[in-house]
Amino acid sequence: MPGPIQSIERAAAVLRLLARGSGHHGLTEIADSLGLARGTAHGILRTLQRVEFVEQDQATGRYRLGAALLHLGTSYLDANELRSRSINWADTLAARSGQEVRIGMHHDAAVLVVHHVFRPDDSVQTLGIGAMLPLHATALGKVLLAYDPDLAAAARRRELTSLTRRTITRTQALERVLTEVRSQGWAGEAEEYMPGEASIAAPIRIPGGLVVGAIGISGAVDRLCDSTGRPRATLVRQVVQAAEAVTTSLVDEN
Amino acid sequence: MAIDQGTTSTRCIVFDQNARLVAVAQREHRQYHPRPGWVEQDAVEIWRNVDRIMPQALRQAGITAEQVVALGITNQRETFVVWDRHTGVPVARAIVWEDIRTEELVAELEKKPGIEEVRERCGLPLANYFSAPSLRWQLDNVAGLREKAERGDVLFGTMDTWLIWNLTGGVNGGLHVTDVTNASRTMLMNLGTRQWDPMLLDFFGVPASMLPEIRPSSEIHGRTTRVVPGISITAALGDQHAALFGQTCFEKGSIKGTYGTGGFLLMNTGNELVRSKHGLLTTIGYQIGAEPTYALEGSIAVAGSLVQWFRDNLGLIHSAPEIETLARTVKDNGGCYIVPAFSGLFAPHWLAQARGLVVGLTSYINKGHLARAVLEATGWQTREVVDAMNADLGAPTPVLKVDGGMTADHLLMQFIADVLDIPVVRPLVAETVSLGAAYAAGLASGYWPDLEGLRRNWHLAARWNPAMDAHHRENEYANWKRAVELTFAWARSTPST
Repeated sequence: MPGPIQSIERAAAVLRLLARGSGHHGLTEIADSLGLARGTAHGILRTLQRVEFVEQDQATGRYRLGAALLHLGTSYLDANELRSRSINWADTLAARSGQEVRIGMHHDAAVLVVHHVFRPDDSVQTLGIGAMLPLHATALGKVLLAYDPDLAAAARRRELTSLTRRTITRTQALERVLTEVRSQGWAGEAEEYMPGEASIAAPIRIPGGLVVGAIGISGAVDRLCDSTGRPRATLVRQVVQAAEAVTTSLVDEN
Repeated sequence: MAIDQGTTSTRCIVFDQNARLVAVAQREHRQYHPRPGWVEQDAVEIWRNVDRIMPQALRQAGITAEQVVALGITNQRETFVVWDRHTGVPVARAIVWEDIRTEELVAELEKKPGIEEVRERCGLPLANYFSAPSLRWQLDNVAGLREKAERGDVLFGTMDTWLIWNLTGGVNGGLHVTDVTNASRTMLMNLGTRQWDPMLLDFFGVPASMLPEIRPSSEIHGRTTRVVPGISITAALGDQHAALFGQTCFEKGSIKGTYGTGGFLLMNTGNELVRSKHGLLTTIGYQIGAEPTYALEGSIAVAGSLVQWFRDNLGLIHSAPEIETLARTVKDNGGCYIVPAFSGLFAPHWLAQARGLVVGLTSYINKGHLARAVLEATGWQTREVVDAMNADLGAPTPVLKVDGGMTADHLLMQFIADVLDIPVVRPLVAETVSLGAAYAAGLASGYWPDLEGLRRNWHLAARWNPAMDAHHRENEYANWKRAVELTFAWARSTPST
């Protein structure tokens, strides 16, 4: 069993210090109070700032607890923020894959579609932002389930509704699929949600690795899958690259 | 390849034949605010940025200069620089379109005889963001500049002109040219002849010898001899004109709206020079070949910047996109309206003294209602401009093509569709400004055969259909108009300073 990690203990001490008294401290005060070198304290504060646990007052340069700490349990990333940050990458994915693109987040035991880009063939399509999709029968949903243990546990307790003859309805089978999703880093589905349709999705993460959403494509099963019924490797690569690009943009701007 | 010389940064973008983005390189430049209301940029810094991003974009795309079919330049409009033709050194920093140092000068010029004629000839109302008043200011205030200008020792240029002159050799035979769209924003060009107008030059006191030659937007200008030598420069357009072109608004009556800090709506009016009776600007849309395509323009001064104000000055949200989340916590505006006349009202009202207001406050109003009112302000301002465009052209437009950062705001886009009662559509390539410049360049060099070929590259990424009840819409619009009228009343009652 590994020993305690010093930097995490120190970060906890910084947070405790900021949580009491005036709640506003300069770098030197914090370093001196905790007996840390200024460079070390600065590094810890910068990291805590990056994860939004600490904020720096622009005028005075002093540090205080970040707003994100107050609603730790609720939402990590605003849905509209995610759409705004990912819009260019979603467009690029639609242009490259020739398929429609959706970005989903978990909401109310379902996938909430927060962004939708039409399949670029100028056919009549309906904007699906705000729609809810089933977690267990879509690639977006499988990604969200695979990386959220609570969500997966809740899904196991509920009956998995059958939507087509291929929908996974047995919890054990779903478990196996989710393990596979985690090991390969993406999810696929063919005709489990709608006959003739398939989808591929990959996780969007925030710094530290927490999955906050999924981005994916959907379309005709013969376009998305090869003759053996497996998702086409080129499309999988494009989806995974788009997810990584969105992840990077979330890291960069934080 | 396109160079987009924007207000805050310069970007170099490479597109392939299907109009897909291949590479993007970008560098920001400094904004100088030497006095309140003054906004300047260093033209040399901008040129140096171009020097870095062009090779960078080629590296990123993994191509050589020979593989670049053509280069198109698009730029922030009205911003200009004056430089020494013998040394290539600017005589002063570039004066940016946002600069309001000429407020007094504009008030004086407003009283000068011939002002009616000025509007008739250049299509623009006298305002400090067009180049001519600022150029006049510089000629009056930079020691010895007028004499140098009259002797022909200095050159004037909007940013397209500055970059083309430098790219084609600078002091060693650089081309001193501009395109009709950029020239149409100076107040010095006659819209009918598309040449510098002696009456306008005389009115503003600008020597003709310092002005570039006016060319069509899409034409072989020359070849680069510096930075990356050997690339044909075949297009130049002002940024909003490039967006009109990039959105393939080629038919008479088609409109594009770019939603960023401000909102810029342009309507293609075909070969017809429409003089607005409803407060819009007349401008050149673009010129491919011999005949120009005209456009009507209506600008919304405050769109995304109202969201930024809501974030930074009121602190009710952490990031701009959160405005939508907050707005969705309520089902309507609760009777609250915000008119963001921060520095007067632009099209179609043109009232510089107007100031913003929030009306309809009751104890029921919470921050969610305010967030809605913020977003709705952009919707209603769009409605006012589109109504004016339809009235001037005599026919309603069937659809609004949108681009810009605010198109990520789903609630706003739906609201615009609702209040216009027409579909709002977003293309797959969000970079319509750069794409428009690349299109114009590729058209001149034969990379794309014709406008029809370009239109086939336009793909629908999203479409918002109108869904608001007509009765409700017209009631809300009437309320908005009443709110706007109150800003006039406030302007009248404010003692002038």
